[in-house]
Amino acid sequence: MGEPNVDNNTVTQEQKPLNPRVESWKNFFKKLRKNKAAMVGGIFILFFIVVAIAGPFLTTYEPDKGEIVNKLAPPSADHWFGTDHHGRDIFTRIIHGMHLTLYIGFFSVILGATVGVLLGIIAGYYGGRTDTIIMRLMDVLLAFPGILLALAIVSVLGASLNNVIIAVAIFSVPVFARIVRGSTLSVKKLEYVDAIRALGASDTRIIFKHILPNVTSPIIVQATLNIATAVLSASGLSFLGLGAQPPMPEWGAMLSDGRNYLYNAPHVAFFPGIAIVAVVLAFNILGDGLRDALDPKMKN
Amino acid sequence: MFKFIVRRVLQTIPVLIGVSILVFSLMHLVPGNPAQIMAGESAPKEQVENIEERLGLNDPLPVQYWNYISNAVQGDLGSSIRSGRDVTTEISGRFWVTVELAVYSTILSVFMGLIAGIVSATKQYTFTDVIIMIIALFGLSMPNFWLGLMLIQWFAIGTDLPSWVPFFDDTAWFKPSGWGSFEQIVLPVITLGTAGAAIVARMTRSSMLEVVGQDYIRTARAKGVKERVVIYRHALKNALIPVVTVVGLQFGTLLGGTVLTETVFAINGMGKLIIDSIQARDFPIVQGTILVVALLFVLVNLLVDITYRFLNKRIDLD
Repeated sequence: MGEPNVDNNTVTQEQKPLNPRVESWKNFFKKLRKNKAAMVGGIFILFFIVVAIAGPFLTTYEPDKGEIVNKLAPPSADHWFGTDHHGRDIFTRIIHGMHLTLYIGFFSVILGATVGVLLGIIAGYYGGRTDTIIMRLMDVLLAFPGILLALAIVSVLGASLNNVIIAVAIFSVPVFARIVRGSTLSVKKLEYVDAIRALGASDTRIIFKHILPNVTSPIIVQATLNIATAVLSASGLSFLGLGAQPPMPEWGAMLSDGRNYLYNAPHVAFFPGIAIVAVVLAFNILGDGLRDALDPKMKN
Repeated sequence: MFKFIVRRVLQTIPVLIGVSILVFSLMHLVPGNPAQIMAGESAPKEQVENIEERLGLNDPLPVQYWNYISNAVQGDLGSSIRSGRDVTTEISGRFWVTVELAVYSTILSVFMGLIAGIVSATKQYTFTDVIIMIIALFGLSMPNFWLGLMLIQWFAIGTDLPSWVPFFDDTAWFKPSGWGSFEQIVLPVITLGTAGAAIVARMTRSSMLEVVGQDYIRTARAKGVKERVVIYRHALKNALIPVVTVVGLQFGTLLGGTVLTETVFAINGMGKLIIDSIQARDFPIVQGTILVVALLFVLVNLLVDITYRFLNKRIDLD
């Protein structure tokens, strides 16, 4: 890694000074590489992304078409994870469901994080009444335990996959707002922000160019962990019949189907659950690793 | 301390007002005419008008909100569209079931989580520590509705055991549904409490490790105090303070989690009531139940904050 082997007086045109931001990212990847668990989590996520993209080419069965004569067949060489009550291949449905799961996880978090980060940064930067109003609103959202808020939102918007994404996004907004507000408050006090302001930079420029890049670490950590939560919540809503609708191969909905066949075909509920555990576990492991690498204060 | 409690209670009021506005708005955020949706697409006009009249949907919004909130304060949350019964009556029959489920699960998660966390911290980087933390990570990553189904599969439907196993012929030890008897309570409580146990275990471990690294613990050890006394009398006491907050937050998460657990185990609590009412488009019940659960959560958070402060104060005095 590029060690600063020249002092400032001898920097020539060829030897550009090191960009501190690039250095800190390099440092981060170095730390992350040392964290074996995080690497494993990351590799699994990459694998899941590949599966989500290549899914349709990986199996010979159709996710929505089944052989009714072959319904509820246990796992076999033909059907690795068995078949469901319509005779559809469960392995194929899980593979095809991967992109739905990742789509829900990534999009709900991107949506929730974007809104949450903006609100948090505005609250932290401007302070005063703006801060009070935004943060009290966030307190109201946080007053709904667990997935209850998402449930309330879906009850209003109606049951569908996109509404689940919106609901899960809204329920993750306050988490991001709180974290970013806290980080903004501490960054705002630093001298360099005063210096930039004295140079005449606008608030928008200060926020996006100078504060945002310095509060990214906690955002990345929280976003990774939130994808895990989002996948769990969204599959829970689908399990309740409020998310993805049949015949979508969504894992929560598949589990819900499997519920009716626990006595004679337990594999119908078993495998979609394992798939959810695998994805959530990978994001949780990566999130833990990122936290250790990016946020030394939280490391034990 | 008294000042703190008063201030904290006062801070709760705007949150409660916000919660009530949000819950009240639910019905009005529905795309289309809420009365039509509740009555059903093909319902006759008179029925729709009847619902509009009953719910006062023709009044201006601020008037509607004021009526809703002033009735709610007096314990009147309206009446169910489906059954016509009071929402308060519908909820009161199920309130304690959900609270019991959440309380038992919290007790289980604190008990299991503390033991696992302490063992893990005292045996840091050993095989035991690694195994406990891996199990905790799995506990955290498991959808509780799936765990519930698997527990039903293994311990309610059960499998036959080989003849050499004493006392039991099979593993159908518990009941797959309902609430009340011991056989009905065990599986839902494990289902709901597992993720909480994992979170408490992780928090206890990191909190213990932080405390164990501090000077006063080193001093205690240097003085020759027994390791057990160091851990349980000196370290744990301080390590538990952040854990209290997590437990409080957990209780709220568990309240939310009851929705899924109650659905899996067909328990007639508030969670299942919400789901049934969402499916039946019975908005007064949805609103009422969500309001009650949110109020309960706000109240628990208030108590947790006060307890946290109280514990910290004690330490200051020491």
